[in-house]
Amino acid sequence: MKESAGKVLAITRKDILSEMRTKEIVTSIVAFALLVIVVVSLALDPSERTSAVAAGVLWIAFTFAGVLGLGRSFVMEKDKGCLQGLMLCPVDRAVIYFGKMLSTVIFMLVVEAIILPVFVILLDQPRFPPHLVLITVLATVGFAAVGTLFSALSVNTKAREVMLPLLFLPVASPVIIAAIEASGLALAGGPWSEILPWLGVMVAFDVIFLAVSPLVFEFVLEE
Amino acid sequence: MQILKNNVLSTNALFALMFVTMTAALFLVFVYVPTEASMGIVQRIFYFHVPLAWVAFIAFGIVFIGSILYLRSSNRKWDRLAHSSAEIGMVFTSLVLITGPIWAKPVWGVWWTWDARLTTTLLLWFIYHGYLLVGSFASDESQGARYSAVVGIIGFVDVPIVALSIVLWGTQHPEPVMSEPGGLTGAMLLTLMVSLAAFTLLFAYLLIHRVSLALAADELKRLRQFADERDYDG
Repeated sequence: MKESAGKVLAITRKDILSEMRTKEIVTSIVAFALLVIVVVSLALDPSERTSAVAAGVLWIAFTFAGVLGLGRSFVMEKDKGCLQGLMLCPVDRAVIYFGKMLSTVIFMLVVEAIILPVFVILLDQPRFPPHLVLITVLATVGFAAVGTLFSALSVNTKAREVMLPLLFLPVASPVIIAAIEASGLALAGGPWSEILPWLGVMVAFDVIFLAVSPLVFEFVLEE
Repeated sequence: MQILKNNVLSTNALFALMFVTMTAALFLVFVYVPTEASMGIVQRIFYFHVPLAWVAFIAFGIVFIGSILYLRSSNRKWDRLAHSSAEIGMVFTSLVLITGPIWAKPVWGVWWTWDARLTTTLLLWFIYHGYLLVGSFASDESQGARYSAVVGIIGFVDVPIVALSIVLWGTQHPEPVMSEPGGLTGAMLLTLMVSLAAFTLLFAYLLIHRVSLALAADELKRLRQFADERDYDG
């Protein structure tokens, strides 16, 4: 167990190191997420910037930015021929899954930590509820849990840029719904008791897919 | 080829049974069952709408089981079963999504409402659309079969969570009053049951044919390859 954890962290560390040197993923996704917020805000009348609408805007940005980041996760490996090397590693496929998932979660959280305060200012929200942090972490883990699997899968198909969102968005819909609703309530100043059922949905999603995805991951990385 | 021959007799019997049940269902729906008082004639679409949804769910259940069996055994026939079932399930889900609005417009006054069942069905349609797409976009056949199976498993595991989240979402966005076919009278219940049986038989019949077609296509491909190799040998 402890040994596997070390191997998982080694794969995650490799991704973080490569990202620290190129800064490709985080910078491009931050810019993309901001652009999504700007474009969607252009469609909104200032009077419509209620907490519920703002939550929608935020999660449209995070969802699409997430798809982009998830795609990069394996496109990078594949294009530089690293995927073969990764598969030759004398580790369980599940270790590769958790390693890649963890690095995706970290990249996404960095992006989201930059976007959240900017979002609160741009959409003129009266408060920055701490609940948003927990909601974002739970949703990001859920995104990465199914996203890592689908990213590895779509990178080997034709039209991989289209394949990932078509698979990812409907399957991740429970997380998207829960995150939007919970954030809307949090931004409106709702109490924990109202937000709790939505956190429950996200926890259930995270737990189920963190258990199921590694089981089928070995069939995705089979040559 | 053996599979095809063995199937002919049993599928003929199945066809006869399905034909009788389907005719009976049509008679019950259009002639026998009384018109529902508040919704009027359009409510009769209910006897198609509900069985279609029921069959679609069975179909996706078979995709799930077929996918697991394929990944465990690598036996092509399980992939063929899952894939055929997904195709038919998509047709039935599409019909659910078409009959729904036809029923909803006169009764609720809107073509579409983001109600729990409607939204779940729509997302289900997208999940299995992805399933079929993965199979055709893969770089080779065995990869397509493996990838489809993965989506078939993840998709089905996802269904209860999708349903849960959307029910929770629906209760927080109260809809205008929607009349439900609450207490079904005896005649209505009978019609629904016969229609359910008819559509389930139709599904079984279509599935058997679709699977044997897929297996025949595989066999033909194998024979063609064999013939080509012999040509090369002179």
